[in-house]
Order: sequence, then C-alpha cells, then structure tokens
Amino acid sequence: MLLEHLPILQIVVPLMAAPLCILLRRRERSWAFALVLSWVVFAMSVVMLQRVLTEGTIIYSLGGWPAPWGIEYRVDAVNAFVVFLVSLIGAIVLLYAPRSIFAELPDLRANLFFTAYLLCLTGMLGMAMTGDVFNLFVFLEISSLSSYTLIAMGTDRRALMASYQYLVMGTVGATFYVIGVGLLYMMTGTLNMVDLAVRLQPVLMTNTVLAAFAFLAVGIGMKLALFPLHLWLPNAYAHAPSMVTAFLAATATKVSVYVFVRFFYGIFGAGYTFDQLGLDRFLVPLGLAGIFVASLVAVFQSNVKRMLAYSSIAQVGYMMVGVGLVSVTGLTATLVHLFNHAVMKSALFLAIGCVVLRLGSCELEDLRGIGKRMPVTMAAFVAGGLSLIGVPLTVGFISKWYLVLAALERGWWPVAVLILFGSLIAVAYVWRVVEIAYFHEPTGKTAQATEAPLSMLIPVWILTGATFTFGINSTFTVDIARRGAEILMAGLAP
Amino acid sequence: MSVGLLNYWVVIFLMMVGLYIVMASRNLIKKMVGLTLFQTSVFILYITMGKISGGTAPILAGPGTTYSNPLPHVLILTAIVVGVATTALGMALIIRIKDAYGTIEEDEIQSMDANG
Repeated sequence: MLLEHLPILQIVVPLMAAPLCILLRRRERSWAFALVLSWVVFAMSVVMLQRVLTEGTIIYSLGGWPAPWGIEYRVDAVNAFVVFLVSLIGAIVLLYAPRSIFAELPDLRANLFFTAYLLCLTGMLGMAMTGDVFNLFVFLEISSLSSYTLIAMGTDRRALMASYQYLVMGTVGATFYVIGVGLLYMMTGTLNMVDLAVRLQPVLMTNTVLAAFAFLAVGIGMKLALFPLHLWLPNAYAHAPSMVTAFLAATATKVSVYVFVRFFYGIFGAGYTFDQLGLDRFLVPLGLAGIFVASLVAVFQSNVKRMLAYSSIAQVGYMMVGVGLVSVTGLTATLVHLFNHAVMKSALFLAIGCVVLRLGSCELEDLRGIGKRMPVTMAAFVAGGLSLIGVPLTVGFISKWYLVLAALERGWWPVAVLILFGSLIAVAYVWRVVEIAYFHEPTGKTAQATEAPLSMLIPVWILTGATFTFGINSTFTVDIARRGAEILMAGLAP
Repeated sequence: MSVGLLNYWVVIFLMMVGLYIVMASRNLIKKMVGLTLFQTSVFILYITMGKISGGTAPILAGPGTTYSNPLPHVLILTAIVVGVATTALGMALIIRIKDAYGTIEEDEIQSMDANG
C-alpha cells in the first residue's frame, strides 16, 4: 500500500527526481519538471499532515528494520507541520521562478539550478522528517551544500563571497553538531531520537553529555542564525537570486529552529535543558538582543533585500524567545510563528523580486515612486510589512499575541514590553520603504517601470492572501501548533 | 595495550588548530585547509570511540570474539563523503572568486566590495 510508505516517499521522490532533472536540457522543461514534482511533494505533505492530525504519530522504519537498529521516521504534529510548510513554500516559489530567475540570470544552466533546488528541498524535508540524529546530519549537509550553490548563482560577484562565508560558517556549525552527536553516541550507543531520550536519563549530568549539549546548542544555533551567530545570513540573503532568497528565508532557518526544539525539548527534555541547565536564561536575552540589534540595523540598510534579511534575524529572535519561555503557550507561539513568518517573509521577498525584475535593483534610492508604477506588487509588500509589524488581522499579530501571552503567563512582563517595542522598530524600517515608494515622484528607472507579469504576481498574492487568511482565522495553524507544543513539552522519553 | 586518552588529546589539538586557522587566516585557501583539519579531527574522535582495546575487525569468528564497534566507522565514511563534497564546493567557489576579483585575500576582496 502506497499510503503506508508516505513518510519515505516524501523524501525519496524529490531525491530521485533531482538527478533526472539534469537530463532535461531545455530550461522550460527542467523547470516544468521541478514544478510538477514540488506540487506532488506538497500534495503528499498535505495527506501526511491530515493523517497525523487524525491518527496521531506515524512511525515508519526504513527497510523494515525496527527502531534502535534501523533508521526510523517519526512524524508527529510538529514535523508534519514543518514538512507541510517547507513543501508549500517550495511549490509556490517554483511557480514564480521562470520569469524571475531567467531574467536575472540569462545564461543560467537551468537543469543544474533546479537540480540543486530539488536537493535543497529534499534536505530540508529529510531534516524535518527523520528520527535519527545522524541521518539528520546527512540531510542537513544535503540542504546546506545545495543552498551554498544556489546562493552563489547570484548576479553580483558578492554572491560568491556570501556563499563562501556561509559555507565556512555552515560547515563549522554542522561539524559542531556532529561532535555533539558523537559525544551522545559515546554515552548511549544509540542514534535514534526516542532511544537517546530514554538512555540519556541516567547519564545526563556527566561531563560528556554536558559537552554534547553545548556543542549542539552552538552548532544548531549557527544554522538557525541565533544572534550573535547570524553573521552569514545578511550577505547570503542579500546577494542570492530573488527566488532563492524567498525560498531560503522562508524555510532554512525554520527547519533549524525545529531541529533545535526537537533536540532540547524532545531528546534532552525540558526539565534538564531549562530547569537544571537554565538554557532559557541565555535564549530569552539572546532572542531579545537579536530582535533589537537586527531590527535597528535593518532600519539603516540601503538595500531592501538586506533590510529584510536583518528583519529575518529579528524574527528568529521572536521564535527563540518563545522557545525560552518554556511553556505550551510559548512553544505554540514559536511554532505558529515558524509558519507565519515563512508565509509573510516569502511574500515580501517575492514582491521585491518583482521590483528587481523591473528595475534591476533593490536599492532604496532606486525605488522612488515605485508604488505608483507597480501598485499591485507594492500593495503586497505593504501587506507583508504590516504583518511584520504585527498589525491585527495579519499573521504577524497572531504570533506576537501568543508570545506576549506566554511572557505574561510566566510573569515576565518586561519581556512582553520588549517584544512590543521590537515591533515598533519594524514600523520604522517598513515605513522607510513605504515612504520612498509612495511619497516620491517616479524618476529615472522607475518612470518606465511597469507592473510585474501575472505569473509572478499570482504567487506573491497567494502568500499575501495567506497572511490575511491565517491572520483572520488562525484556528488551523494555532491548533496544530498547540498540539505540537504539547508533544514537545512532554518530551520524547516515554 | 592501552593508549589512554592520548587520542582525545590529539583530537582536541587538531580541532583547535583547525578552528583557529578558519578564524585567523585571511586567505581563502588557508581557511579551507583549517576547515578540513577541523572536520578530520571529528573523524578521529568517532573512530577512537569505536575502538576497544584488543578488539579486532568485526568479522564473525565464533563466540567470544572481541571486536571494535563498526558503526562509528560507517558514520565516518558518510562524514568523509560530506567533507570531500564541502571541500570541493569551497574550492570551486574560490576559483570563481579568483576569476571575479583577481585575488583570494579576504582583506583585498572586502576593500574592493566596500569601494563598490
């Protein structure tokens, strides 16, 4: 029965499709192939999410080998949600791809580009799906290596340096992760997440496990761009091709946040991580520092993509504050913000991609009066910006609402106040774009600019529509997030 | 024969040297050298933890045979592949950087970027 093998098909289908994509030399064909596949993957993720929500956790043993020996895929509400999110963004961004990427890179070898894209998608889905910590490392590297190549495709030569720097920092982060996993293996002799959670219990306070804990926290922290380990992110997002930025900004850091909560809530357990070792005393200040520093830096950026990249670091800060609040509400806020931020940030980056298509630039200076020439695109940008600020009726409001609620629940009202102040800085940087785009007369390049093509506007507006749909009726996302949060709080150890 | 913790000291030494090179050197190739050294130290860490004093290769030769844990070796084979891929990609990027900037010194590249 095919449905039974859904968890592995979710990974194997894009993995097998990637090399086949190389054979399609015509660029439109390779794109169409990748597009069809990404929608197949998305359809599978929808079915899986539905099954998980009705039937509970799905356990799949690879090759029929039972759990501690074989690799196990363990899909619960948390990772089904993350898989759903990644494949959703992956599918929508590909709809947008051809007009944008072929215009930005006229002599791109599309078959290789889409192969890397499919591999990146595979890696992230695998990271989210697997129940084996070493398997996770392999998928982490698949997604990282392919994202380095995707970033290096950028039009500007600075993309090369950005990619190189990301490669160095990403590899250091991934190697830290492997060291941590190795030390855990040394103490427990297992790599299966559930088994690890059980076998770690008697040895939690040994120095080896403490060292593993530290290596994992820093390693995964680097991957998710936790302030101050975020240095690779702004350049990588600013110089990558527009569609790559939209895809990575929406998915890469999110999957790493998932890995973080899976490790520190699931495997180590909330009691050990937070009550005994007090990781929350680092996470909340670092998260808040990330919100403030990155938002303030964003205000002073002259390049819109770079500005949005800094805003992404700030948004990761909100997620980490949610993780550090150690409650079901806090985790709900984090998980719901994973989804919400992915939707709004990819909408914003895609809208800016439309501007890049028409103007060949996303420097603030060049955007004078663009709101009058590209009203549909810029309306989507403004909508996304409102969501970043957290205006009611948008998804940004939902995330912040639960985050503030969680902070108050714990009695940390200064944290709640700081979260609200952080949103005020978002007003400043979003306003800078709005001011240039709407309150100046079109000059120079903007004077001739026309509205972006429909094939690009549709994906932008699907995502913008989603920011309002899930902002007005948040039952769907919040319910899944709350179920996920309860699973995470309980930990993996039975 | 026991070597005690010698291997672990070697691992820590290599790890720190590698990480130091990654952080301190401004030449892109040297950074890759450091990165490779750093990754290699982890390979040795894994291999060391799988070793059992007096153990042989894990070939079934009847009951009572002591053998080393083969799993870390398998894991490290995977990690080596990943390491090679990373190095190859890093080198490919360096070639492109050299083409685009005419140098592989980070300081010079940064000053070229700063001046437009």
